[in-house]
Amino acid sequence: MEFARQVLVIAAKDLRAELRTKEALNASAAFALVILLLFSFAFDPDAETTREIASGLLWIVFAFAGTLLLNRSFARELPNDCLDALVAAPVPGAALFLGKVLANYVLLIAIEMLSLVVFGIFYNVRWTVQFGQLMFVLVLGTWALTIMGTIFSALTVNIRLREVMLPILIYPFLVPALMSAMQLTVGLMAGKPIGPETANWVPMLIGFNVIYTAVSVFLVETVLVG
Amino acid sequence: MHAVAVDGVWKYYGDFPALRDIRLESEPGSCLALIGRNGAGKTTLLRILAGFNRPGKGTVRIQGREPRETETRRNIGFIGHGIAVYDELSAMENLTLYAKLYGLDDPKRVAMHWLEQTGLERVRDGLVREFSRGMRQRLAVARSFLHNPSVLLLDEPFTALDDRAIAVLQRLLREGLAAGKTIVMSTHQLREALELASHVALLNRGQVAFHGLRTPEMVADPGWVYARYGEG
Repeated sequence: MEFARQVLVIAAKDLRAELRTKEALNASAAFALVILLLFSFAFDPDAETTREIASGLLWIVFAFAGTLLLNRSFARELPNDCLDALVAAPVPGAALFLGKVLANYVLLIAIEMLSLVVFGIFYNVRWTVQFGQLMFVLVLGTWALTIMGTIFSALTVNIRLREVMLPILIYPFLVPALMSAMQLTVGLMAGKPIGPETANWVPMLIGFNVIYTAVSVFLVETVLVG
Repeated sequence: MHAVAVDGVWKYYGDFPALRDIRLESEPGSCLALIGRNGAGKTTLLRILAGFNRPGKGTVRIQGREPRETETRRNIGFIGHGIAVYDELSAMENLTLYAKLYGLDDPKRVAMHWLEQTGLERVRDGLVREFSRGMRQRLAVARSFLHNPSVLLLDEPFTALDDRAIAVLQRLLREGLAAGKTIVMSTHQLREALELASHVALLNRGQVAFHGLRTPEMVADPGWVYARYGEG
């Protein structure tokens, strides 16, 4: 109970700070919308092939826009040495980490929902047909992005080129999760539910999330204190 | 039991030994002034005491426990080079946040009490980014005291403080010492520090060059200890 309270305190602090400045939120949303808009001009929105590759495009946009958001996660603690005060507080590293994950998750889901609306309009894709299953995939895929982004944000927080290092480090690790999410989303965007030919990607995505969440929670104290 | 005990601590940055076999103790209710030239290892030692970094070798105990234990952290107050408050939150929100992280009862009441103690109650809802430097520093002092820590680790606490903030901090430190708190502070402002200190440790290139009681000679001439035990 105490652990959950600490997680919520950290998450509420991060959300409040981000909603006041909107630094990462604006950059991430603008990036996602511009990419979706530009690609919509590159493809014919009526073509079947567009709908097939659009799911991949969507997840690439989520991953890139997410990186902009996640980069700020621990970097937000650098001015005034706030990270020191958080590390000094009697809060487990895991609670600090999961609080930040929760805040990032809420923000990234918001960006993704905005992107989906724009995506539906510009790509002529009826993404609401399998709404429930699409949300299920979105929830799992976004958790994978957030967990990896947040732990590597902690790892790179004291590196001068962290904006460059974060994507270089996380994308190779994210390949299995992004592949699973993309494969599942292709059918859902075509209005087909998750069937026997794609169902195998669900345990893959869940397994990825369980393993990397456990590893990150286990390692975060070492990452923060050394 | 020592309030602070450092035994054979080494710390390397790459191949460079920032701390070399440091041995120090500090008793409950005492004030240890850590002095030394720039790069002597004062900040590194304080960061290890606060649990921000682990020593390469040796052990550190705060009230008999590891610095990273939750109970130890609950009893440590730290003022570092940064003020460790969020610019985009108000003074009240900052202190309430830390009161919640330390698990204090009624965080808002505690936050308000410390805003009053540091003379910031009238700007309680103002964003920290709009504060003057002195106000930000007083807020940092409130942040480090609000959980009533029994061990205070202060890294250059008087540097860049305005007169009012110095007065607030000195009053709180005196009250803390009277209440039996232990203070370890690094400083270059020898006069302010030696007025408070009961003990002095001089660090020289990562080693303890002197550790003992503060003497009248030190107060009369703050440079005396450097001339006697340091590099002159």
